[in-house]
Amino acid sequence: MQLTDKHREYWRRNLVITTILMIVWFIATFVEGWYARELNSISFMGFPLGFYMSAQGSLIIYVVIIFIYARYMNALDHKFGVQEGEDE
Amino acid sequence: MSAVVHSHKSFNQQLKKYYGVYTGGFIAFVIALAIAEQLGMSRQWIGYWFLFSTIALYAVIGIMSRTVDAAEYYVAGRRVPAFFNGMATGADWMSAASFIGMAGTLYLSGYDGLSFVMGWTGGYVLVALFLAPYLRKFGQFTIPDFLGARYGGNIIRSIGIFSAILCSFTYVVAQIYGVGLITARFTGLEFGIGVFVGLAGILVCSFLGGMRAVTWTQVAQYIILIIAYMTPVVWLGIKHTGVPVPQFAYGATLQKIGELEKKITADPKEQEARKLASQAAAEANAALKDLPKATAARRALLEEQLAKAKAANDPSLIKAAERELANWPTDPEKARVIFDARKGYAGNAGPPRPHAQPFPGKDEKAQNTARLNFLGIVFCMMFGTAALPHILMRYYTTPSVRQARTSVFWSLFFIFLLYFTAPTLAVLAKYDVYSNLVGSRFAELPAWAAAWRTVDPTLLTISDLNFDGIVQLAEIVIGGDIIVLATPEIAGLPYVVSGLVAAGGLAAALSTADGLLLTIANALGHDLYYKMIAPKAPTARRVTISKSLLLVVAIIAAWVTSYKPGNILFLVGAAFSLAASAFFPALVLGIFWKRASKWGAITGMVAGLGVCMYYMCVTYPFLRDLIGVTAPIASYQWFGLNAISAGVFGVPVGLVTIWIVSLLTPEPDREVQELVDHVRYPVLTGDIDTRGT
Repeated sequence: MQLTDKHREYWRRNLVITTILMIVWFIATFVEGWYARELNSISFMGFPLGFYMSAQGSLIIYVVIIFIYARYMNALDHKFGVQEGEDE
Repeated sequence: MSAVVHSHKSFNQQLKKYYGVYTGGFIAFVIALAIAEQLGMSRQWIGYWFLFSTIALYAVIGIMSRTVDAAEYYVAGRRVPAFFNGMATGADWMSAASFIGMAGTLYLSGYDGLSFVMGWTGGYVLVALFLAPYLRKFGQFTIPDFLGARYGGNIIRSIGIFSAILCSFTYVVAQIYGVGLITARFTGLEFGIGVFVGLAGILVCSFLGGMRAVTWTQVAQYIILIIAYMTPVVWLGIKHTGVPVPQFAYGATLQKIGELEKKITADPKEQEARKLASQAAAEANAALKDLPKATAARRALLEEQLAKAKAANDPSLIKAAERELANWPTDPEKARVIFDARKGYAGNAGPPRPHAQPFPGKDEKAQNTARLNFLGIVFCMMFGTAALPHILMRYYTTPSVRQARTSVFWSLFFIFLLYFTAPTLAVLAKYDVYSNLVGSRFAELPAWAAAWRTVDPTLLTISDLNFDGIVQLAEIVIGGDIIVLATPEIAGLPYVVSGLVAAGGLAAALSTADGLLLTIANALGHDLYYKMIAPKAPTARRVTISKSLLLVVAIIAAWVTSYKPGNILFLVGAAFSLAASAFFPALVLGIFWKRASKWGAITGMVAGLGVCMYYMCVTYPFLRDLIGVTAPIASYQWFGLNAISAGVFGVPVGLVTIWIVSLLTPEPDREVQELVDHVRYPVLTGDIDTRGT
């Protein structure tokens, strides 16, 4: 089993998207949590923003992150010819 | 290939049809019971109907899914579509603690309780990005399987087995406890009997069909639990916000709570009640030392109050005082429960904590420690999520890597539905308590409050501390679990909805317990027996051994539960910290770093788990007593972090140890490198096949 450059490029792109999404995750979690008090002085949809993010906003971001990752990787599989047979 | 495509598609269609009919049938069943209630069916019978018919339903699914095939038993034949695996993971994930405890925790601790909401959802990002697709490609049966194949040898597998059992067993005890509690509350059976009825419910799902049966019952359980959670919240939402999706509209309610909090803080009657509350707590502590005397003394006090009310000739005060006197037990043992609950008044000595305010504390330092603890819990819950074997195992069951990725999305989506509702419920219930219960007259308490305070003082204690005949907030002590249990009544719904909530709580606890018991039994039956002791054992014997072990583990777990080991939230939290410290570094580096070596992983897992366990032993009161640590907790704490966040230290220690030791030991051989490439690509030409059979 020999890896080609194409394979290495696939893995590199996987690492790039993973890193980008992890940064978003980190901001939505730990940066948001760290500054929750400060964010609370901003009002959003009738909520203090810090509370809103921890109760709902960050959760929505998590769902979106996973959605984007699944879509991106499933498309990437096809692009680099490492996709599985239909639903096998 | 095309036949496979066809069968997967038609299988998916068929499932949608079955579960669609099932959902309709369940709703019809609830409506039928609602009609029966109007016609006069008793509450106890409604409770029995919900309990026994849902368990019977799970049993039917369990028996229909029986199997002796290894791939069917361990990974449901690897043909669970993404959408349904998402539902099953949701049920697997959401335990009694999520279903019943979460909203109560949020009610009591406001913003700071959101650490669990964030942690238990954000962890799925780690599952999606670092684990699920790769484990699916690997395609064996358990997490120790992966460790064994990636790092080689029985040492790492044994550590994996030990860690999987340690965290799953801690967790399963909490679930069986929840099952016993719900069964006991809604049917009037004793706790001990409740545990064993629940155990029967757990075993009928998993015993005959392993993962296959557990998967299809978990889907059914998810549907019940989400209907049960949403129904009362929608009703309460319409009552307080005017819209049926209060999740997006409770900001205004939160603001109203803020105003009420200010009013309550400044109210002189409340201030008076707060002073009396700390007194009442001190009295309760003293009373527990001499119960007969305290019981008689309290009776005398209540009689005196009645006399005073009669002298003042206030009919409302007289009525309230008469009822207090009638409710006061003569039996000192019954009074013990009440005095125990009254100790909770200690928490009412200060003004109410503002619900939306993060990290309250008396000074800057205390606030910063609170913030660190908040983030610490978030960290441990997230990394624990991405390391708990019973969750990771679920991603072995999808038909493909692609579906494993999509499946994590569905999992989090279905979990999100409940987790963004819990903070809503906490706020709506709080508003109801602050606006309707506070300020009401003792003679005319809202019906739900009047009922629950007599049912169980640990859930609700209300006592007229300053004898003014009006309820002050400082006079109410609330146990968190009441928020979910009493919501149907707070919203003014018929009893059938309470039965529905109980069925939902039961489904949540049963489904999680199933997944956990299966994990433990498989660690013993598959990893220990088959992989280490008898690698030549025929399939039928392997499956039979796993089934028998399931039975044994279940009975041991129920036996431990019957001792009622305390603090469920800590047990659950501990399971997460332990799993995170033991598994996360070795699993993720095993996939993302080819250089990670056998000895790196072994030392890393031991070091991570060791640090985590050490920290718990020296900072958690129960464990400290057990091993006799006497120096003050603060002298052991690092950065003021609590025992539940021990994983904050375990995970980095594990990662660094693996890194250093791997660089000091020889590079893994070619075979292992190929395995890593194998899991990284959904398809490779000339690929090896690692699927377990």
